[in-house]
Amino acid sequence: MSGEDKFDAIVVGAGPAGSAFAYTLARAGKEVLVIERGDIPGRKNVTGGRLYTYALDMLEEGLHQKAALERQVTHEQIMMLSGDRAVNIEFVNPAYNQEGSMPMSYTVLRAKFDKWLSGQAEKMGAVVVSGIKVDELIEQDGQIVGVVAGEDQLFADIVVAADGVNSFMAQKAGLIPDIKAATIGVGVKEIIELPAKTIEERFNLKAGEGAARMLLGCTEGIHGGGFLYTNKESISLGCVFTPEGAARKKKSIHEIFQDLKMHPAIYQLIEGGDTIEYSAHLVSEAGFRGIPKQLHREGFIMIGDAAGFVINTGYSIRGIDLAILSGIAAARAVIEAEKTADVGPMYIEELQKIKLMLTMKQTDKFYEVLETPWLYDKAPNLAADVFNHLFTVNGEVPLPLKTELMRLLKENDISIWELIKFSLKGVKV
Amino acid sequence: MSIEKMGAPALLGLDRFIVDEEEAHIVLDKEICAQCAEKPCLYVCPAVLYKLDKNGDISFDYAGCLECGTCRIMCKNKGIVKWVYPRGTFGINFRFG
Repeated sequence: MSGEDKFDAIVVGAGPAGSAFAYTLARAGKEVLVIERGDIPGRKNVTGGRLYTYALDMLEEGLHQKAALERQVTHEQIMMLSGDRAVNIEFVNPAYNQEGSMPMSYTVLRAKFDKWLSGQAEKMGAVVVSGIKVDELIEQDGQIVGVVAGEDQLFADIVVAADGVNSFMAQKAGLIPDIKAATIGVGVKEIIELPAKTIEERFNLKAGEGAARMLLGCTEGIHGGGFLYTNKESISLGCVFTPEGAARKKKSIHEIFQDLKMHPAIYQLIEGGDTIEYSAHLVSEAGFRGIPKQLHREGFIMIGDAAGFVINTGYSIRGIDLAILSGIAAARAVIEAEKTADVGPMYIEELQKIKLMLTMKQTDKFYEVLETPWLYDKAPNLAADVFNHLFTVNGEVPLPLKTELMRLLKENDISIWELIKFSLKGVKV
Repeated sequence: MSIEKMGAPALLGLDRFIVDEEEAHIVLDKEICAQCAEKPCLYVCPAVLYKLDKNGDISFDYAGCLECGTCRIMCKNKGIVKWVYPRGTFGINFRFG
């Protein structure tokens, strides 16, 4: 601590980014205060979701073995829905989950996980106060020097915004304007309780194994998609929409999501279960281009969702792992910097070193692929039509596959040029 | 109970809220809302907290808010004059998340 009443760092938000930062900094002997508005860390947070394990072990080797996680993902699935038809693709690679090595990813529930990770930061010596909302930043001579929470003023060399996608801290610091509706998705989710054995039977899983499924064609043509993750004793079923798409269609996202539950291909997986929670959260859909131009100013840095660190490729969604990486990078910058003014630029360097920025940049082109409007209704319909043709055997003379494909494209109002254009975008990623 | 389509009130009934009776964290200016033709809030709120009453005016209750922030971002005419997170400990308390 640089003065008696001053912390080395104050973190706003005890999510994965804030806790990873606090963990790393406290381990290095620095005095760090984490302020969380939820009653307990995790109480305000929502994921799809899953966590790619490598990030935890980057924080501390072997940490994933102790973590509050659900099931290790062994079954990767992509499902396309059209009417009551469904095309399901499943990928299983035992190498992802070899005994004795670190599994690739786990399903996760944030109320449990965030509480656990925050507890780990506390064990390292971080001070975590929950149930307190930070109202304002304190600025002195153009530098952020602390925060106001209710009646209290708290000071630190550096204030870290880890307050999530609606980062009021970054707005107050003047580093971002309000988030744009066009680059955001709203996710809704139900937690559906089912016995572990039932989940394992329905998804062909062994004990502890899990499935992750992306869903396309469940948003009534609105840019977005569904997801399903198996937890220990529940299923996370949800859907993400661009709110602008829903508003344009004048269709309630709640209603569209309720329809998804009743789709025969989904219903059979959740039948007999009990919904025990309904949640909603925003998620950045802009990827690399959504990262604010400035991630720091003197005395202030942004990490995790507040910094826009989310990758959506359509087949996988990453956020928690990137949040943890950015927390580690920020802590390294604080540890190494000799003066406050150096922290921001060093943080950007650390983000490069930890390969976060390059990872975001490399996946930037997915944004354009996912902007393809017919991806959300016509494409899943076409897929179902094609499989319908392949699997229909009724004694009639089949048309040549090529003729049939051209007919189906036309029927689905997708021109061959659109398809070529899409493929070109696809190979560019 | 079994799986069925559920209305928003039934879904919110499953969640744990600590409602701040003293301070609303979202406040509307209904005169501005009355001028708004599109009313995107009717469709984008996951908790369906924005409704039209008998007179065609927006009615809203902050008590079941999931704190996602979608309405704030979609409110084009700024009828939402205040949107902050609830005071510490208040609001939604996800048990699973």
